[in-house]
Amino acid sequence: MTNQEFKLGSKTSGKGFSFLDFISRFREVGIIAFILILVIAVTLREPSFLDIDNLTDILMNISILIIVAMAQTMVILTKGIDLSVSSIIGLVAMMVGFTLKANPEFPVIFSVVLGLVLGAILGSFNGFIITIGNVPPIIATLGTLSIYRGLVFFYSQGTWINSYELPHSIKVLSKGKLLGVPNLIVVAILIAVLTFLFLRYTRLGRNIYAVGSNPTASEYAGIRPQKIIFIVYVLSGIISGLAAVLWISRFESAQTNTALGFELNTVTAAVIGGVSTSGGVGSIPGVLLGALLLGVIQNSLTLIRISPFWQLAAQGLLIIVAVVTDKLISKRIVRTHK
Amino acid sequence: MTSQTESPKLGASSISEHAPRRSLIDLLKNWELLLFVLIVGVVLVNSNLSPYFLNAQNLSRTSSDFMEIGLMMLPMVFIVITGNIDLSVASNMGMSASFMGLLHNMGVNIWLAALAGLALGTLGGVLNGYLISKVKLPSLVVTLGTYAFFRGIAYGFLGDQAARNYPSAFTFLGQGRVGDSLIPVSAAIFIGMAIIFGLVLHCTKFGRQLYAIGNNENAARYSGVPIGKIKFLIFVLSGLISAFAGLVLAARFGSTRPDNGTGLELAVITATVLGGVDINGGKGTMYGAILSLLLIGLLRFGMGLLNIQSQVQSTVIGLLLIISIFLPHIGQQIAQSKTSRFRWKTLLIVLGVLVIFAAFIAFFIWSRIPVLQDIYG
Repeated sequence: MTNQEFKLGSKTSGKGFSFLDFISRFREVGIIAFILILVIAVTLREPSFLDIDNLTDILMNISILIIVAMAQTMVILTKGIDLSVSSIIGLVAMMVGFTLKANPEFPVIFSVVLGLVLGAILGSFNGFIITIGNVPPIIATLGTLSIYRGLVFFYSQGTWINSYELPHSIKVLSKGKLLGVPNLIVVAILIAVLTFLFLRYTRLGRNIYAVGSNPTASEYAGIRPQKIIFIVYVLSGIISGLAAVLWISRFESAQTNTALGFELNTVTAAVIGGVSTSGGVGSIPGVLLGALLLGVIQNSLTLIRISPFWQLAAQGLLIIVAVVTDKLISKRIVRTHK
Repeated sequence: MTSQTESPKLGASSISEHAPRRSLIDLLKNWELLLFVLIVGVVLVNSNLSPYFLNAQNLSRTSSDFMEIGLMMLPMVFIVITGNIDLSVASNMGMSASFMGLLHNMGVNIWLAALAGLALGTLGGVLNGYLISKVKLPSLVVTLGTYAFFRGIAYGFLGDQAARNYPSAFTFLGQGRVGDSLIPVSAAIFIGMAIIFGLVLHCTKFGRQLYAIGNNENAARYSGVPIGKIKFLIFVLSGLISAFAGLVLAARFGSTRPDNGTGLELAVITATVLGGVDINGGKGTMYGAILSLLLIGLLRFGMGLLNIQSQVQSTVIGLLLIISIFLPHIGQQIAQSKTSRFRWKTLLIVLGVLVIFAAFIAFFIWSRIPVLQDIYG
């Protein structure tokens, strides 16, 4: 809100570099410590937690989360938010699902491309509303969250796609293995690495950070913020479209409530991972740890037989704790630099 | 010259000697009038489409369906005018009602349980208010967190259970009518509260301070407006009223489930913004918001009579939300562009967008054909 916060955001502010760097690392160390404590506590009560099957299960469960959290991270870096990711996944999954049911002979690559294209269009709709219409991202995507979800119902008239209605090729897409690792996990890691490299080493990636930390300054530096913001929402749509195809592949179904409420998981993973909602701050390794933490919590709550109904409350509490800690840390930095 | 040729396109009654900005202000001033015209239009169209639309019994029943949204909208108008937002209202109503249901299931007196529900909802508002005014976190993030947190607590309380068998003295709150008239009790409560909220907003110092915060928070601070206190107060108020709306909903259904009211925050925010309350704060009126509530209510009622699924109805509400912010801004942009230099580029962009979305809609319809064939043969 103030200039001071903007300065905090940009890592190039010079003076405080090493200290800020330490704090941002400290955060990741903090999450790792929290995960480790959780793992030890759960393993003491339920040794089967550390079984290779259970660990693979956790990774499989967070793979799609990681993929979409990458998109959410890019959006939040520009000071925005994309609440419609879950509905994009739901709508694309439904459309791809029914297309595959009607044309089972289509190759897998076709459904992937179809998912990406449909996601891109839905994402660009968000982008247009936000950039040209100047609608705040939270309102725009809250609107498209219900628009796209309503379209799912309108499209399918309440029906859904079952496992037997899908061709075999799409089902093996996520379950096949590469060097013993399930494809889904490989894809998640690949997307995470690509996003990391993209944000760190490409001009567009750096511009995303620049627009998020100070739109006015970035405009003076020759970046067009509106263009960057538009691209980010299209990217978010594309990644959600990919996630939709993987969702069909993993769960072998497309339902009207596919990915309902999933947007909250992606925001939580990003925010726990240290992506600041005031834009410009956040790293991919942090988000990966955030997603891992969520996965471990969900898995361990089930293992130690706490009602799954408390999971949502735990998740909400985590968001609040994460943003409060961020605020307290940044307050302290401001004080030490005065 | 250019402004003369362009102003008629705006559709607003502007005089060309004045800058186009004037006509925009006129347009915004007439926002309430526009809503009123829309309401009349919806009533006319619907009463032509369905003979059951203008039925006093039906209208009375449907009006009680919107009282929870209306109640939550009142403090939301305050909050949005200060430039903040509360996404947690619907979750808060779920949490409070579930707490009441839990206590009721345990055999606690219903009024005591209702009081406890109100207290918990207020506490939720206190949490929001504290984090926003004291820790100085953005309301958007805080209430996104409590949106999940409160709903999670609601599920934690009741799980997959429901609370029911409320005494009729309690369900009267949601199902009863005032005396022998057709006015639902909840609607009477809403009207009373709307008058109070409207008077507070438009006729008191507190109301003017809300606008001051929304227009320029720093300027308001330097002129002595107790910003922290006011923000805290309105979020606590929002918690209390959401909890009360939760009770009304429980009374109307005669039962409580933890997912009660899921997604209602969208309807509440839509009613607020469609009513002409600027999402960036500082502008808006209470009667505009009430008119838009009426419009949304009539639209939903009409769509319900036409057997349109409720999820599809929320698509229409979502579109309304976006259009109500989108259109004024586009109008502003057209009014401000004085030269015709950008025309070609704009035209190309518009055409490109149209082609892309037309392709999407075409695919949507084409791939849906087998879906419909499966269902209807």
